[in-house]
Amino acid sequence: MNSVRGQRSAPAVRRYVLTWAVLLALLLVAVGTAYIPLGVVNVGLNLGIAVVKALLVMVVFMELGASRPVVRLAAAAGFFWLALLFILTLADYATR
Amino acid sequence: MVPEALAPAAPQFEDREQRRAAATLGMWVFLATEVLFFGVLFGGYAVIRLLNYDAFVVGSHHTDVVLGTLNTAVLLTSSLTMALAVRGASLGQRRATTGWLVLTLLLGLAFLGIKAVEYHQEYQNAVVPVLAFDYQGPHARGVLLFFYLYFVMTGLHALHLIIGVAVVGVMVVRNRRGDFGPEYHIPVELTGLYWHFVDVVWIFLYPLFYLVARV
Repeated sequence: MNSVRGQRSAPAVRRYVLTWAVLLALLLVAVGTAYIPLGVVNVGLNLGIAVVKALLVMVVFMELGASRPVVRLAAAAGFFWLALLFILTLADYATR
Repeated sequence: MVPEALAPAAPQFEDREQRRAAATLGMWVFLATEVLFFGVLFGGYAVIRLLNYDAFVVGSHHTDVVLGTLNTAVLLTSSLTMALAVRGASLGQRRATTGWLVLTLLLGLAFLGIKAVEYHQEYQNAVVPVLAFDYQGPHARGVLLFFYLYFVMTGLHALHLIIGVAVVGVMVVRNRRGDFGPEYHIPVELTGLYWHFVDVVWIFLYPLFYLVARV
């Protein structure tokens, strides 16, 4: 939304609508593939699609794509600590 | 009273742009704490699912995948209308902004309505821990844990959405009053960030509860 400093240009409606269409398409792929028996791949697809959808929302709708580095850093910090939480927890439970 | 848009920026800021940057950064720091607030629940989900996978398959079959998918679509659409509201505010289109905000609010209420229907169904099917849980089939203990997680996580998400709907309502009133324009619309932007974050949480809740193993 904002360039590095000062003037901001209005984001394009087209970009928002396209993102929304892709999000809905990914939702349909997620439901559709859930009914195809693929074993472990099902879990990977579920989570992979969720990650892509979340990134689309954050980069386009939340404007992380055009944010200052310090804002991106703050956004990444939450997920960094979350990753630590998962790695250390699963290092125990997933290896028993 | 001088409208906030025309008032000089508070003395701690160099200029308006810095004020806006500070507000955005503050909101993201708050959202990072929210990531961890929900994160521990997702961590708990991972561990319990690892230990009770078969029960999670059974539990997932007791959720309403049609309503869950519909609700995901509703929430994704509300993110689009919210983004358009923020855009409208930044362009000073007051009427359009009001329209997009009201639409966002209605979609939020629709989500909560559908969720209430689902909760009611689950109450009738007796899979609500503490209140009405009467599942006697295989993996009963694991299914109980699945529904504990389901109600705590979707309930906490619904609480966030209720707060979001209330805040969007305040934005509608303030926008109609003429508080916002191209010069100043920070509250609308921050409301948008919060709204999209609540959407992101649901994006993960949806496959974890509705799509564990449908085949």
